Amino acid sequence: MKHLLSIADLSELEIVGILDTASELEKLTSGSVKKLPTLRGRTVVNLFFEDSTRTRLSFESAAKRLSADVTNFSAKGSSVSKGESLKDTAQTLEAMGADLIVIRHPASGAAKRLAESGWIESSVINAGDGTHEHPTQALLDAFTIRKHFGPTLTTFSGLKIAIVGDILHSRVARSNVLLLRKMGADVTLIAPPTLLPSTIDSWGVRSSYDFDENLEEFDVVMMLRVQLERMNDSFFPNGREYSKGYGLDGDRLKRLKSNAIVMHPGPMNRGLEISAASADSIRSVVIDQVSNGVVVRMAALYQLLGGPNISSTHETLGA
Amino acid sequence: MEILLKNGLLSDGSVADIRIVGEFIAEIGQELSSSGELINCAGLRILPGFVDLHTHLREPGRENAETVLTGSRAAIRGGFTAISPMANTSPVADSAGVVEQVWRLGREAGLCDVFPIGAVSEGLEGKKLSEMKAMADSAAKVRIFSDDGKCVSDSLLMRRALEYVKSFDGVIAQHAQDPRLTEGAQMNEGVVSSQLGLAGWPAIAEEAIIARDILLAHSLGSRLHICHLSTKGSVEIIRWAKAQGMQVTAEVTPHHLLLTDETARTYDPIYKVNPPLRTDEDVKALRAALADGTIDIVATDHAPHPAEDKDCEWASAAFGMVGLETALGIVITTMIETGLMNWDRLIEVMSTNPAKIGGYTAHGLDLKEGSIANIAIVDPEKRWTVDRELLLSKSRNTPLHGFELTGDVIHTIFNGRLVMKNQNLIGAVHE
Repeated sequence: MKHLLSIADLSELEIVGILDTASELEKLTSGSVKKLPTLRGRTVVNLFFEDSTRTRLSFESAAKRLSADVTNFSAKGSSVSKGESLKDTAQTLEAMGADLIVIRHPASGAAKRLAESGWIESSVINAGDGTHEHPTQALLDAFTIRKHFGPTLTTFSGLKIAIVGDILHSRVARSNVLLLRKMGADVTLIAPPTLLPSTIDSWGVRSSYDFDENLEEFDVVMMLRVQLERMNDSFFPNGREYSKGYGLDGDRLKRLKSNAIVMHPGPMNRGLEISAASADSIRSVVIDQVSNGVVVRMAALYQLLGGPNISSTHETLGA
Repeated sequence: MEILLKNGLLSDGSVADIRIVGEFIAEIGQELSSSGELINCAGLRILPGFVDLHTHLREPGRENAETVLTGSRAAIRGGFTAISPMANTSPVADSAGVVEQVWRLGREAGLCDVFPIGAVSEGLEGKKLSEMKAMADSAAKVRIFSDDGKCVSDSLLMRRALEYVKSFDGVIAQHAQDPRLTEGAQMNEGVVSSQLGLAGWPAIAEEAIIARDILLAHSLGSRLHICHLSTKGSVEIIRWAKAQGMQVTAEVTPHHLLLTDETARTYDPIYKVNPPLRTDEDVKALRAALADGTIDIVATDHAPHPAEDKDCEWASAAFGMVGLETALGIVITTMIETGLMNWDRLIEVMSTNPAKIGGYTAHGLDLKEGSIANIAIVDPEKRWTVDRELLLSKSRNTPLHGFELTGDVIHTIFNGRLVMKNQNLIGAVHE
């Protein structure tokens, strides 16, 4: 694997491979020594054209735990805001020695352009491109689901998963739909009609306008962040009405299965898509998602920079 | 000066010689002789020179992308003897001064006729009518007006424009795009856009404006032309209007006859164009409409851009693709080779009809004695591969690099003058 750009590019086997690698890495770094020497001498650049402290910190921690050198490049206040192109920025960073570029960009497809236009040789990880994909988020979500429902699961067949919120603009939803389908889960997307793509039937999953329908059946309820600015474009009238229809409040929380989990990619809008009671409840795995994010990103970095295949992972790590 | 075209295939199916003297066709017959330049046209079709009603030449203002001269070169390479540069230059062609400048640059280039299109509204802002009569009365004699690139979306302004141009037999060429329904739009709204996370440009945004404008024009008895039809729904509206006897003409671009929104999966903005590439179903509807007369003409929407405007992420890239040099090949490949259309219809949609809409009286003429010799000589069978490096346009933004087409222009004659011979340009006359 040279790049990690889209879940669409991964086979089920590759997905499970990344999750298994993450499990191994988690075991190896759970003790007092959190750092492995695996990527010593390699340079990872975090190229962030959007504010995202969480994702950047997660990649930074992942790279550092594998002993890679990390450079953070934030577009704000840099030459990018003066009109430097993505191509020039990436070539400059590569000339400074980047082996792998982690890119977050507001334009859908930016990571693929960076990887496939012949501009640079480095590996590229898509850390979120516009409203397209956020593959490491889907992988860490899968890792989280696996930890909860069976750490060695190779299929999610039988699991009922709801993704609730702004599907139309969500890269988290797109990556998760692709991954969960490949893993065999039964996925339902829940949103007001304005926040579902008009061609949602082509996605191969269920969709619903009603959050209360079949709520008791879900094993996983994944809430998406809703940007309040959307109401200015008439996607919904106001936060109150949105919250009433599609927020996970205490009443809905109570109706969930006893073993169900509540997920959120963060940052949460408490009181809008999720109430404080739900966010802080025993069902919530939001904090686990954050820590799982680090090990899953370690696994991704490892696979792109470290070894040719997964089986050698264990030997290297064991050595 | 004389030119003798030997043994070319004419549209009536006969093989004949054509002798051109000065600007005119002097004689058509068998075994003609001449002291002038002899062109062997065996196996080639002699067609009236093509007329493009939708060209972007970028001069004045964006000469790094195209000039009137380089655009004229691309035009005759594609067999066009008349082109119509759109008004979205900088400054905008919304005054007699600018349209005369463009017209004069065309004369100086001397390779084909350059008939400028004037803006409908001042600065293309859609607020106030531009001085259309002054442009009509200028040396450029503008008859087609368009805010192309932008839609005249204000219903009242559109009504006034349609009424106003009646006094000089003008026509409004509408870029049909509801601006509110397409804010931030990047590609066709559909299955592909939903997967790629690129903001959608819904078909209804084109169709709603077309429906409104047809009804407006009909109620006023005005001439309306619809630019670059791209959807099946648009085709159905135009078909209905024509069946009611309403006066409207419509164009389709070569790229909308060939490509679909599946190309966007590459995220390569070489495929980014406005209106966007649609679905296979739309492509089929457009082809059928061009064949059955619902769509009147092919127009290139030749839109040159410098490399840096495409060598970037999709959302930052400019809309548009060059098209003058590949237009004929695409029309032959999509319409003639497929059996949808014959050569008589090709002559109508690429020459006769656009010349009529624009009022270009020296173009789109039957090849007969006494006609002005504006001629494209075409190899209908030639298979060739598009190479962007060989384009004569100043820009390289063709989506067809490496694509194989059937049929190409071999020689072009403008006003009785051989301006391209064996696909090599012959120097322009500088007056």
